[in-house]
Amino acid sequence: MEKLNGLRCRECGRRYPAAPVHVCEFCFGPVEVDYRYDALRGVVTRESIAAGPKSMWRYKDLLPIEGDVAVGHHVGFTPLVRAHNLADELGCREVWIKNDSVCHPSWSFKDRVVSVAVTKAREFGFDTVACASTGNLANSVAAHAAEGRLKSYIFIPADLEQGKVLATLVYNPTLVAVHGTYDEVNRLCSEIADKYRWAFVNVNFRPYYSEGSKTYGYEIVEQLGWKAPGHIVVPCAGGSLITKIWKAIKELGQLGLVDGPIATRMHAAQALGCGPIVTMIKKDTDVLVPVKPSTIAKSLAIGNPADGYYAYRTTKESGGFGEHATDEEIIEGMLLLARTEGIFTETAGGVTVAATKKLIETGVIPRDESVVICVTGNGLKTPDALVDRLEAHVKIKPSLSAFDQALADLKSQTAQEGR
Amino acid sequence: MVSPMTRMRVRLTFPAHLIQEPIVYRLVKDFDIVINIRRADVKADYGWIALELDGEEAALARGIRWLKETGVQVDPIEHDVVIP
Repeated sequence: MEKLNGLRCRECGRRYPAAPVHVCEFCFGPVEVDYRYDALRGVVTRESIAAGPKSMWRYKDLLPIEGDVAVGHHVGFTPLVRAHNLADELGCREVWIKNDSVCHPSWSFKDRVVSVAVTKAREFGFDTVACASTGNLANSVAAHAAEGRLKSYIFIPADLEQGKVLATLVYNPTLVAVHGTYDEVNRLCSEIADKYRWAFVNVNFRPYYSEGSKTYGYEIVEQLGWKAPGHIVVPCAGGSLITKIWKAIKELGQLGLVDGPIATRMHAAQALGCGPIVTMIKKDTDVLVPVKPSTIAKSLAIGNPADGYYAYRTTKESGGFGEHATDEEIIEGMLLLARTEGIFTETAGGVTVAATKKLIETGVIPRDESVVICVTGNGLKTPDALVDRLEAHVKIKPSLSAFDQALADLKSQTAQEGR
Repeated sequence: MVSPMTRMRVRLTFPAHLIQEPIVYRLVKDFDIVINIRRADVKADYGWIALELDGEEAALARGIRWLKETGVQVDPIEHDVVIP
């Protein structure tokens, strides 16, 4: 089945053959993968998808992969959890958590995009993959490169704490620490990506890489019994994920795979200390003003997001909105999700929970409509966010009487608080 | 010693107070950089230009330093390459 037309510029519409390019040579606009939906209709069915593996690769026909899957065979198909307890707390009828904090192999949704990029890199004959990252992306690229027996180069700013790179170093990549300001590291990596024949996953492979995010959206619809939810709240960093979830839902609609109308409203969640996309939405302007990030939500700290404009347009087109969360609200969001649903997410998930709470309280999300909260990374990766916030409640000597006393004290304390 | 020629694709973002300044003209004239504008959006209080810069490596470095000192944000054409 010929499913790809190649690449197409999102700005001027110029077409390119499928190749490792990411910007239009004429207008410098971003290019994206262009599918032949007419060839896919009737071929990609609920049955064909259900017959696939229990991973994101059940949607391979809707991804820009033409050969076999090379790496990350177990990525995706993460739980969609009906969050009754959280719904009670939020005063809402139907809340779901799409839980990519347990995405294999590196515990974040980045495994979806990286496994597509690395598979595509193998397809194009590359032997080296690369990225510049301070967190989840670096973990995932190094892990998938190891599995695919590819060389990998991971660039990081030299002042990044050692603890942050251990979960990358363990996979034995070549780690390059660059001395310089953030801007200098950013520009250098762009030049390196331009010069060397490497698959730089989020630069020259970006059109393929970002398509992996669509699987998060396909899974939501399939796991809801082929229905589109009323609302989806998505954490935004570069802004790509929210646009790709929306694209996924529209594609399934186009292929006739969604029951009922598609009336999903896409909402953006960002930290107040780095929220240029939500600022655009609130001001209703297509002008993105870059910011200097200052937030504990490090995995969302992109001050000049490449897909900011498209993320804004997604919320506008779908009738959605956006909310900021302060650092305090982010922590409260993480604790709320853990306390009610037993899910420990990283700060980005705290942002999404906090933003959802505000969207409900302000009436943007009506209390009787269904909402999916996107949890995209695992809290165990960034426990430092909670240091000084949590402590053991009871400390006792190793005797039964000490425990009896402590238990009695706790009960009376609880009774007093409840009064 | 002449530094090697190089080419860069960058995106310049201008704050309101620089919109009326002839920034691109100065970049060409003072730093001997060849520019080729590909796409731009300039409004009364904000603007950006996506362009290609050609010149000696050292001249480009000086030009970019000057842009930043002047208050222009200089990003790669991909915006953020370093991803959290």
